[in-house]
Amino acid sequence: MAKVYTSSIINAPAARVWNTIRDFNALPVWHPLIADSRIEGGDASDKVGCVRAFRLKDGGFIRERLLALSDTDYCCIYSILESPMGVSDYVATLKLTPITDGDRTFAEWSAEFECTAESESSLVEQIGQGVFQAGFDALKQQFSI
Amino acid sequence: MIKLVRSTVIDAPISAVWNVLRDFNDHDRWHPIVQSSRIENRHHSDQVGAIRNFQLTSGERVREQLLELSDRNHCFRYRIVDSDIPLQNYIAEVSLKPVTDGNCTFWSWSSQFETPQGREQELAKLVAENVYEAGFEAVRSRVESGDRINKSKFSKNSGSATIKGSAVVIRRYGGADVLKMESCSAQAPAPGQIRIRQRAIGVNFIDVYCRTGLFKLIDPPGIPGMEAAGEVIDVGEGVEHLSPGQRVAYACAPLGAYATVRTMDAALVVHLPDSIDDVTAAGSLLKGVTAEFLLHRVHPVSAGDTILVYAPAGGLGSLLCQWARQLGATIIGATTNHQKIQAAHAVGAHHVITPDKSSLVEQVRELTDGRGVDVIYDGVGRDSFALSVDALADCGHLVSYGQASGDIGSWDIGSLAAKSASISRPNYVHYTNTREKIVPIVQRLFDAIERDVLKVNVNHKYSLQQAAEAHQALEERQTTGSIVLLPDS
Repeated sequence: MAKVYTSSIINAPAARVWNTIRDFNALPVWHPLIADSRIEGGDASDKVGCVRAFRLKDGGFIRERLLALSDTDYCCIYSILESPMGVSDYVATLKLTPITDGDRTFAEWSAEFECTAESESSLVEQIGQGVFQAGFDALKQQFSI
Repeated sequence: MIKLVRSTVIDAPISAVWNVLRDFNDHDRWHPIVQSSRIENRHHSDQVGAIRNFQLTSGERVREQLLELSDRNHCFRYRIVDSDIPLQNYIAEVSLKPVTDGNCTFWSWSSQFETPQGREQELAKLVAENVYEAGFEAVRSRVESGDRINKSKFSKNSGSATIKGSAVVIRRYGGADVLKMESCSAQAPAPGQIRIRQRAIGVNFIDVYCRTGLFKLIDPPGIPGMEAAGEVIDVGEGVEHLSPGQRVAYACAPLGAYATVRTMDAALVVHLPDSIDDVTAAGSLLKGVTAEFLLHRVHPVSAGDTILVYAPAGGLGSLLCQWARQLGATIIGATTNHQKIQAAHAVGAHHVITPDKSSLVEQVRELTDGRGVDVIYDGVGRDSFALSVDALADCGHLVSYGQASGDIGSWDIGSLAAKSASISRPNYVHYTNTREKIVPIVQRLFDAIERDVLKVNVNHKYSLQQAAEAHQALEERQTTGSIVLLPDS
């Protein structure tokens, strides 16, 4: 089981950041790697169990299922159904926690998955830095204005 | 039910922050509102279930129990057991998370609790601001600056002037009459030092040896004494574990305890719980610490052991007997003074022998079905050493901790093979010369006193001016239990 954990501080109240990322279909709006996204079957994007199908800017196609969504904990859990990355049993959690000192946000994005031993370190790097950290950097940029 | 969360980001790696927070008993060293704290019942501070018993600088007492501690998740949970502040069903959690893109730490401190009706807001504010947020700031300044914060800057400082006092000074080695009162002064504490207003001073036999010059611990003129209790006047830079106004005690070198006020290194000075008064502390610390390491560290005594204690009614002997009895040992006391037989029984000796009638070894054998004893605590030295070796059981251990009757001389260790005996010659200083060593010993000692396992008998109190009389009484073996000098009477 490989694990990735990335965390960051975003200079905005957690409720505002949550507003942006809560929408399971909104990746293209805030994440720089995502070209487009849709929810399959016409489901609402906050319907637990819905599937988002999205395309990366480099062309990769990914389908992910929303497993849990909490407006009280500012937390979203999802799994990968289909991807070109060579991972299985992939479950990720994106979670925001208010920092009461300064009304900022502590953001955590973590994942657990299975993969081949040879690919593990490059996948951990690619997911942790290429996907999660890139997303945080974009949010930090967006909320610094 | 009130739910409270406060959180912050500390600009230091999680390991540095966790290092400060993890010790459940260490909050008196970093939290500005915690005056002093100790762990009850000899538990370790990272033992789940341990209770920390602490006092706030505002005077209230609080007892909190550790419910959960995780080095993996960098978090712990605790509850209030009882408190002078009316927080009911209070459970709190301290949790750290790494901020991976900045090598800093997210710290969340949360709780839920109830309060008496009408006091919700006031108490929630108190907990959030005075406990959590003040804690954040204290740890922040401690770890972010890269060095440790000096808590004294939160406390009143009485100023740096020299303080005048009086002390018993020895200008030459000699009899009790060389102990003379003189005026003295205590300088403002240098880094690592504290200045103490002394309230009670312990008198020990080693003080006599220092006075006569048998031990060259004083180069006259000098002030004798190595044990006292009192109150901290002020603290020097870098002293974290003590603050002004705190009650403290010590039993350590260098000498200089026979004084009303004194400046000394803070490292080996410990703070006193409320339950232990100054006289008890000054009358028990040196002997109690010695008893602790003799019984628990030099050679751990266990239930079922039979031990022999010389001078069982004396200051150290009486503590050894009481404590060993609680540990489940069978105790034989050996005294040459028939008048002290009763006192030896009173402190827990199961049998008291008076080896001037018949030989010590015979009497010990008689009481142990010919087997001998498992452990012997012998501070007599020359006159008893051979008898002690003889009185040991197979694989027995002789703790030779002193030589009141004189030098033991040379011994052939080959002779010990006759019963696989072993001998140790412990020296107080090696068990107590760092804070890391002395603190757990003192904790166990105070705990034993609080639980009445040890009853400290301070049977003789003199004023500091009467130090010579106190020495005389001690040398003439007129005393039982401890002797204390009081600077103010």
